[in-house]
Amino acid sequence: MRRVLTLYRSSVGKKIMMAISGLILFGFIVAHMVGNLKAFQSPNGDGTHPLDTYAEFLREVGYPLVPEGGILWAFRLVLLAAVGVHIIAAIQLWSGARTARPSRYRKEDSQVFSYASRTMRWGGVIVAAFVVYHILHFTTGHVHPDFEYGRVYDNLVVGFQNPLVAGFYIVAVGALCLHLYHGLWSVFTTLGVQNRKIDRIRRPLAAGISVVLFVGFVSVPLAVLTRILTL
Amino acid sequence: MKLKLHIWRQASPQAKGEFKAYDLDGVSPHMSFLDMLDLLNEQILHEGGEPVAFEHDCREGICGTCGMVINGIAHGPEKLITACQLHMRTFNDGDEIWIEPWRAAAFPVMKDLVVERAAFDRIIQSGGYISVRSGSAQDANAIPIPKEDADRAFDAAACIGCGACVAACPNASAMLFTAAKAAHLSYLPQGQTERLQRAANMVTAHDEEGFGNCTNHGACQEVCPKGISVDYIGRLNRDLLKATLSGVEVSTR
Repeated sequence: MRRVLTLYRSSVGKKIMMAISGLILFGFIVAHMVGNLKAFQSPNGDGTHPLDTYAEFLREVGYPLVPEGGILWAFRLVLLAAVGVHIIAAIQLWSGARTARPSRYRKEDSQVFSYASRTMRWGGVIVAAFVVYHILHFTTGHVHPDFEYGRVYDNLVVGFQNPLVAGFYIVAVGALCLHLYHGLWSVFTTLGVQNRKIDRIRRPLAAGISVVLFVGFVSVPLAVLTRILTL
Repeated sequence: MKLKLHIWRQASPQAKGEFKAYDLDGVSPHMSFLDMLDLLNEQILHEGGEPVAFEHDCREGICGTCGMVINGIAHGPEKLITACQLHMRTFNDGDEIWIEPWRAAAFPVMKDLVVERAAFDRIIQSGGYISVRSGSAQDANAIPIPKEDADRAFDAAACIGCGACVAACPNASAMLFTAAKAAHLSYLPQGQTERLQRAANMVTAHDEEGFGNCTNHGACQEVCPKGISVDYIGRLNRDLLKATLSGVEVSTR
């Protein structure tokens, strides 16, 4: 533990923590996207939907070995910790970078940065704000017009029938995938996982994964808006 | 050529600097950027003013002394050269050129375009060396080194410590410099003994000097007059990770 704290004290160590927490969150995002695609499956015979069954599975998996919701909450706690580390390290690194460049250039030619690398910080803020809204929307239902616990598919369709809600979702997912594009490319350098072969594929790999995730996530609200998915 | 120059003027480290505009006529396209500044300084001296202070030494791109941000780019718009190797033929008659010093908390402005880069020396002092008795050199082929490793070590060793990487980095990070100075040793057998200690010491020294952190933009690599690759940063990161997890303590001399 002391070694981890020593690591965290250096700027490189903070980046390594960001990389590891980012990878955990990336794993979640992939699973989340794949789970979302269950929305396209045809309903079960009893009026429920495979998406509802999947949500129930997530709550009940491991029961009776662990209490109901135990695994789900264990995952949630890991994710929460990862989000915490990711955000705290980001704020510390950002403030360090600001102190390191107290006066800006009068003229700045930032063509060498990719759009994704330049928007990491603000993109991250947008994603964080979206995640809060998203949880209040689909998990707790606080900002959902007609939330019914356990009826995940219905909640999803009703939620996305509002074009503003679907639009915000699409924009946020775009910001997330842009963030992931730079993050996934970056993680190889930060963790020092590099060789000639990896260096050749990491840029297209990061781009490919980001695009696949974007398409996968956006397909659901678009299908609701175009009435491919209905109640 | 006739030029309109906007140059950062700052009398001392404590003084508040500002841009001053100068009109300069009679610039030859064959002049180097520093020749052009010399011409400007002659004009300023004739008018009884204080010449623009800027650093220079070899004027052939190998010493790392000169450096300024020209129109927002460290060492100017041409790739793989220092400011002294930039020629005025890159610009057009009537151009406006903004000239600023490197801007970083760790590189305080001493005067006009001159910054103090002693922070780099202190990073080197913290670990950018190997501890061996210097005697007569042994036979060159006594230690076999793979050609690729030798090439990579040499590419890293090409760093002239000019500071353009810090100047271009949006976080004013000196990771490219630090990584290059660690890598040119870590690719060679002589550098292995102190490799992890070196990584821990140099990253700590880097942070203590007040440089920012690397966010993998790659701006440093773009402006580096020696074309040093950001891949070296990954190598340093891995060494630091190994060093910390194996319990290497930072040592101060």
